[in-house]
Amino acid sequence: MKIPYFPGCTLKTTAQNFEMSAIESAKKIGIEFIELPRWNCCGVVASLTSDDLMRHLAPVRNFIRVQEMNKQGLVKNENRLLTLCSMCYNTLSLSNLRMKNEADDLQKINDFMHREEENYDGNIEVVHFLSILEEMGFDKLAQKITKPLKDLKVASYYGCMLLRPKEVGIDDAEAPAILENFVKSLKAETVDWDAGSRCCGSYHTVNNVDIVYNLVKGIILDARKNGAEAIITSCPLCAFNLDVRQSEIKKDNPDFQTIPIFYFTQLMGIALGLDKKAVGLEFNKIDTEDILKKKKLI
Amino acid sequence: MAEKQKMIKVYLTGELFEVPEGSTIMMALEYAGFQLKQGIGCREGYCGACATVYREKGDYKLKGGLACQTVVSEGMAITQIPSVPAEKPVYDLNDLTPDVGTFTKLFPSVFRCVSCNTCTKACPQDIEVMDYIQAIIRGDLAKAADISFDCIRCGLCAMRCPAEIVQYDNATLARRLYGKYLAKKSPELEKRIEEIKEGKYDKDIKELKEMPHDELSKIYYKREIKIS
Amino acid sequence: MAQIIKLKDKDTDFLEKIMELSGEQITLCEQCGTCSAGCPFVSEMDINPSQIMRLVMLGQESVMDSKTMWICASCFTCTVRCPRKLDLSKVSEALRQVTLRGAIDEIDIKEISDEEALKLPTIAVVGSFRKFTG
Repeated sequence: MKIPYFPGCTLKTTAQNFEMSAIESAKKIGIEFIELPRWNCCGVVASLTSDDLMRHLAPVRNFIRVQEMNKQGLVKNENRLLTLCSMCYNTLSLSNLRMKNEADDLQKINDFMHREEENYDGNIEVVHFLSILEEMGFDKLAQKITKPLKDLKVASYYGCMLLRPKEVGIDDAEAPAILENFVKSLKAETVDWDAGSRCCGSYHTVNNVDIVYNLVKGIILDARKNGAEAIITSCPLCAFNLDVRQSEIKKDNPDFQTIPIFYFTQLMGIALGLDKKAVGLEFNKIDTEDILKKKKLI
Repeated sequence: MAEKQKMIKVYLTGELFEVPEGSTIMMALEYAGFQLKQGIGCREGYCGACATVYREKGDYKLKGGLACQTVVSEGMAITQIPSVPAEKPVYDLNDLTPDVGTFTKLFPSVFRCVSCNTCTKACPQDIEVMDYIQAIIRGDLAKAADISFDCIRCGLCAMRCPAEIVQYDNATLARRLYGKYLAKKSPELEKRIEEIKEGKYDKDIKELKEMPHDELSKIYYKREIKIS
Repeated sequence: MAQIIKLKDKDTDFLEKIMELSGEQITLCEQCGTCSAGCPFVSEMDINPSQIMRLVMLGQESVMDSKTMWICASCFTCTVRCPRKLDLSKVSEALRQVTLRGAIDEIDIKEISDEEALKLPTIAVVGSFRKFTG
């Protein structure tokens, strides 16, 4: 299956481990990501006012790229746009929803881009990789596992952007299970915990890092308390806060017990038999190899 | 007797003037009596000093161009942009790394891009300005250097940008970083630099320097330009 | 903490402005406090989200002096829980925009230290600038 793929800025820079592990894992199960030939930063956070249409331009330009890819034959009758990054998923989805629901807004955007772009017809669907896996069937994924993640206790960290608001959430906003089902398909153990969809502090990491330290501490402590040995995420901003900021907490508090943070695709890759280099473990800040060696996975 | 030159009406900085049809904006300004002390440059479309914004009669689009290259039309409204106010960070290329973090440090405003594409529409060089800004945001400096290669730093992109990005300064840094750290080293260039140092071209340079203006101009226009 | 507010005629202007910008029918808020109870940032705020709603409803422009809307990170926790289906993230955004559209940034984008600049992911920088600069 070939599917148009929107990487987002961070997967090309600090989250290369996310992109490489996802692409390689997907190949193993017969999915090929076709990166948009041209794309724009989605804007990271959705524009939430009634009138600020300018900020929907970037998402719409990316949707038009998918239309073009179909015309150029890069993909066949594929109106889905695949994302890995939770924030890209959320921002693109919210813009798309607005364009689908508000014909006047779509018209204004198309008019603004007159002579630059073809019209967006409103028919693209933004999908997250996890939803593709779910649709394919986690039982099918389980059959392809060559290295079961036996005894590894994994806490699923959804964060905000995969679940909220409800209109774009990939699962139930209050009682999600998609990541846990994914973890089970890798034959790892799920962890029942409270902090799985609690905000990590998001972009406050730039100007108000103390907020992030507090929230990250709470999330890590909750994971520890419930016996987690690893946390998985699909958001490069959550990953930065949970991983890099956690390492800074550790530096200031030597007694603080850290937990390794993985992109969900990194564990997927390991379970599908990829080596540690192919899933980019060297990019993770908190050591990830100890626990994997202990479980004889690398 | 020569045929009488047809005149057309244009608005220069808000005032109505009659200027000869077929003039460039720069010629029109001078014909109208404006004494240009700034924003003139090479008069050949190379240097980017004479950025101008204008509206053609009946068109709502605000267009940008170079005064020395753009021909006036009936009813055109024109304003010169002799300089673009831009804060220019000072940096030592030797201390920088060729990655996105360098831009966070020196040009944080680049991350305010909203993909409106106004910069591209304003560019008189037909550069995909938005695309190189986007390339910088995702750390692809090789691509940014490549797309922005023809930039002449006229500043029209920066004047129009709603996110207040100074695109051309970002592009210059991208090309510098690419040239210093990322581009394939050229043995031919190294060789030529050695030759220059050894004085191989001293005689030719001296000849050019002493050449009368007319002769220099003649050989300049006869020179071969390789377009690859 | 009780607070006595004397209403003026023009107070509805502010409420109407925020309702228009946010697209939310703020007057539907019944002050149940679910938003404040579930907000992961509430301990960092000077005024609770539900109090912000009440003050906006009463047209009190003084909410613009509060830091609450800048602390709100649009995590949408309150949005999915509001029994009146109000989207408080949109109200926060509207309040931020009132300031930002006056050409006043909440942060100085040059304040990022060199060390942080080389470390921060693009996603954080873009997100922060979108929310804190106009």
